[in-house]
Amino acid sequence: MRNPLSSTIVNIKPSGIRKFFDIAAEMDDVISLGVGEPDFDTPWHVRDEGIYSLEKGRTSYTSNAGLKELKEEIAKFLERRYDLTYDPVKEMIVTVGGSEGIDICMRAMLDPGDEVLIPQPSYVSYEPCAILANGTPVIIELKAENEFRLTAEELEAAITPKTKLLVLPFPNNPTGAIMERKDLEAIAEVILKHDLYVLSDEIYSELTYTDNHVSICNLPGMKERTVLINGFSKSHSMTGWRLGYACGPEVIIKQMLKIHQFAIMCAPTTSQYAAVEAMRNGDADVQEMKMEYNVRRKYLLKRFAEMGVDCFEALGAFYVFPCIKEFGMSSDDFATAMLKSKKVCVVPGTAFGDCGEGFLRISYAYSMENLKIAMDRFEEFVNELRENK
Amino acid sequence: MREKILNYIEKNSRVDIAELALRVGADEQAVLNELEAMEHERVICGYHTLIDWDKVGVEKATALIEVRVTPQRGMGFDKVAERIYNYPEVNSIYLISGGFDFMVIIEGKTLREVAQFVSEKLAPMDTVLSTKTNFILKKYKDHGTILAKPAKDERELMN
Repeated sequence: MRNPLSSTIVNIKPSGIRKFFDIAAEMDDVISLGVGEPDFDTPWHVRDEGIYSLEKGRTSYTSNAGLKELKEEIAKFLERRYDLTYDPVKEMIVTVGGSEGIDICMRAMLDPGDEVLIPQPSYVSYEPCAILANGTPVIIELKAENEFRLTAEELEAAITPKTKLLVLPFPNNPTGAIMERKDLEAIAEVILKHDLYVLSDEIYSELTYTDNHVSICNLPGMKERTVLINGFSKSHSMTGWRLGYACGPEVIIKQMLKIHQFAIMCAPTTSQYAAVEAMRNGDADVQEMKMEYNVRRKYLLKRFAEMGVDCFEALGAFYVFPCIKEFGMSSDDFATAMLKSKKVCVVPGTAFGDCGEGFLRISYAYSMENLKIAMDRFEEFVNELRENK
Repeated sequence: MREKILNYIEKNSRVDIAELALRVGADEQAVLNELEAMEHERVICGYHTLIDWDKVGVEKATALIEVRVTPQRGMGFDKVAERIYNYPEVNSIYLISGGFDFMVIIEGKTLREVAQFVSEKLAPMDTVLSTKTNFILKKYKDHGTILAKPAKDERELMN
């Protein structure tokens, strides 16, 4: 029989997180800090709108690009939150989560051989999506001493004549790093100089714990060359609804819409109706959840400081990214050992790129109660390692 | 800081000081001082426990009693309320707008005990014109807390 598989897909490594999940799933009483999704339920009034739309029998497709009503609300949201102006008709698609947006953006923009700059550590899907879109991923290794922000020098050094697209994953999963206006200004200069495009994945934008999040699209000349990805999963605790959106220049959105139309048809209708409510009356929910995350963030940073474990001050998303290099173990070994001896489950930094070696992703999408137990166990583990040195 | 402390401890009075300090963004001693001051001023009037007695298998009868009264000359409703709230059987009493005057909440061991209180103590009071007793059959949510067991965390351990 002939090989049924595409060599492109076979050559893509599966996500490295799976192995841990398998070990952890076998054990009782595991405290997980591994989850990358909010612990809050979707706010009730939003769920209720979803239910109501079902009761009304709104169960057919929506238009390909999404409900007009929803797109208008998204445009208003982007305006009031980030001072961004998008035409909901020509510059926006409602997608199946931010993930679809990333995928179709790359497929719409890349030709074989085009290089895509991917800063790492970062979310696991950029590299495979670039490969599946026939692009060539080029990794930029972010550094702890820069608080895992992308610098103009790092960007400049990675650019070749083939570079077309820069992925900008901030606020960042897994590091919790953000890019402030000054950081964005510095890289925008390089982007303009080399005529690059940007895929700005701002799915965690609402979870920024300093000033308000700044989108790169706010900078002069950048909106014209940026596809903005965002969605409802993280801000409104709506992961399971699978709903996001992409905004960008009409020429790109038009081609993305083609792929979306043929591959997906439209984002889930129920979710779109619920999301209208989230956009209209959900700002307070987002702030409330953010305040809770912020308390947990501060708690974890305080505990790591007390333990003497090096951890930079993550200012976004719901992750901290402590450094465990002092223990002389790989991230993988550390995480495996801690899971086995203390039943605390964290994700090794290497799951998000080779340069995540020596770090762990700790999610604080958990109750304080949970975090306290986990940190006590973490501390015990660290103390034992230090004693046995 | 007061409002932040109160908003939080209203839902969770057993929070440890370190966490509370983190939540209100002040140091622990300042939070302790503020708590003490508020206890002293009777801003904080007590720390109670929300119990689902059904789960313990202990029988309790709780009634919401709508009471209509004649306010007393010169003293309005307060004097009447005082006469009612001095009974230890009375859990809460509120002056209410609408079709009646007081909402009195009584907790007893049995329906009979509550009914007896109403018929022997409350209803015969001079100022009481009428009472209407509503027994609670099931508590779903109390003090902002849903009493049903919270759902298990169904998220994948890692993703």
